[in-house]
Amino acid sequence: MMDRVIAILPELNQAFLETLLMVSIALAVAILIGLPFGILLFVTDRGLFLENVVVKRIAGLIINLIRSVPFVILLVFLLPFTQFLLNTTIGPLAASVSLSVAAIPFYARIVESSARDIDKGVIEAAIAVGASPWMIIRSIILPEVKPGLITGLTITAISLIGYSAMAGTIGGGGIGDLAIRYGYYRYDNTIMFTTVIVLIVLVQLVQYLGDLVARVVSKR
Amino acid sequence: MIKLENITKKYTSKGKQIIGVDDVTLTVEAGEVFGIVGYSGAGKSTLLRCINLLEKPTSGKVFVDGVNLHKLSPKDLRKARQSIGMIFQGFHLVSSKTVYENVAFALRAAGADKKQIKQRVDELLALVGLEDRKHQYPAQLSGGQKQRVSIARALANQPKILLCDEATSALDPGTTKSILALLKKINKELGLTIVVITHEMEVVKEICSRCAVMQDGKVVEHGPTYDIFSDPANPLTLSFIQTVLSFDLPEELLGEINGKLVRLQFKGNIAADAVVSDMLQAFPIRGNILHGKVEYIQSKPLGIFVMELNGNEAEVNKAIAYLRDKVSKVEVFDDGSRNRHLA
Repeated sequence: MMDRVIAILPELNQAFLETLLMVSIALAVAILIGLPFGILLFVTDRGLFLENVVVKRIAGLIINLIRSVPFVILLVFLLPFTQFLLNTTIGPLAASVSLSVAAIPFYARIVESSARDIDKGVIEAAIAVGASPWMIIRSIILPEVKPGLITGLTITAISLIGYSAMAGTIGGGGIGDLAIRYGYYRYDNTIMFTTVIVLIVLVQLVQYLGDLVARVVSKR
Repeated sequence: MIKLENITKKYTSKGKQIIGVDDVTLTVEAGEVFGIVGYSGAGKSTLLRCINLLEKPTSGKVFVDGVNLHKLSPKDLRKARQSIGMIFQGFHLVSSKTVYENVAFALRAAGADKKQIKQRVDELLALVGLEDRKHQYPAQLSGGQKQRVSIARALANQPKILLCDEATSALDPGTTKSILALLKKINKELGLTIVVITHEMEVVKEICSRCAVMQDGKVVEHGPTYDIFSDPANPLTLSFIQTVLSFDLPEELLGEINGKLVRLQFKGNIAADAVVSDMLQAFPIRGNILHGKVEYIQSKPLGIFVMELNGNEAEVNKAIAYLRDKVSKVEVFDDGSRNRHLA
């Protein structure tokens, strides 16, 4: 049994790196686009300093639209877009396109809800001191919400690891793809268990690191 | 300095319209400490927040230093807010920033450079007595220390006005005293105009030269604090005064009284004991002091004594007439009203 695992090691190693690549790209996009989106949702809310019903509604609608499509369908739905963007629909890079699209609204909602936990008085005090909206976002909201951002990133990462397995089924590669190929098509339970163990370890590690960093940055 | 003209603030909450502030007109003079008193829900906090337009009045005008704040562009309003400091009951410090960074934020908001910020923050922390806490986070400070940080933040841009929104309500009595002393000091040394809202009459007594009493969004009474304490015109004002100047005599004692009960109020520096002893010498009656207290309101004494007068009824009445002549206020409680509050 062990020798079968050893024989598969190079492939397992490559699959692991592919998963890591897909998830990392999607996470980076989540931070670059999802984070500002989440902050936008928060500051345009009622009673806040950039209150704007129209912007809030449109942003909320876009996010709900994407989030209401099940990921497997989103994968297929985005194939033409991926083809247009990368000229291919195969491989971890192609899979990261749909993962990113799913990660943006997911993370944006998490950012919005953790921003809502900020004491409104702190924002008010910043307004009273004559700070500009941009300063309030950069120097008050972002630092105050940092632990929440990190916890949210952990949740997003773990969800994305799960999604990446689905992306694997349509040629995205990664650990999920490996599990399906060996475990499902070839009835090789050993390889399937091995991939499951790798995934468990990966998720635990991400959660542990996320909690650790969130605790360190929290000054409450 | 601050002029509020016909300020009205209405809200709609769950489909119902609520009037927070109802047609209030008030003027606060430069350099004074002005108190706004009222129970929670009276609209005092909303009124205060109208002064720096944290709350936009539904109608009415706000003038600060002669400038109509409504007419300002967002940028100019931010600039104007920098000259109006504000502190809160809940301190509202940024938990992820150190004491230094919390104060520095206000200076950065005003566009100060690094060197200026460093110098000014040190100055401010020295003023509020927190030099040694510079690098600590708010979570590591006590309530009084947090309020000192927020005072330093509010004073960062050398404002002319400081608004205090129940600033001492979350603090214990000892800490309240020290914060009030600090506010007094800034008022004196920096010539800052301070507007304080509170439900604690002690605070008003301690620092406010003038005050207004609010109920249901309206100002029901306003004037110099001493006059408000010595001659309250409104029943609500009276009930607030009683929190500081209340005289509750024990039931047992009231039962034993068979003479006339009088309450004397002395304003200013009249020697109360001299008046009382003169009265006792001039008339053949016996007097018995049941309760007495001298409160210093804005460092001006206000003395209140409750006495029982025994003897021939005609003589007692003559003695009371004598007292009415000498004392600022004399109240006589007949048997019927004896058991009520002797405020």
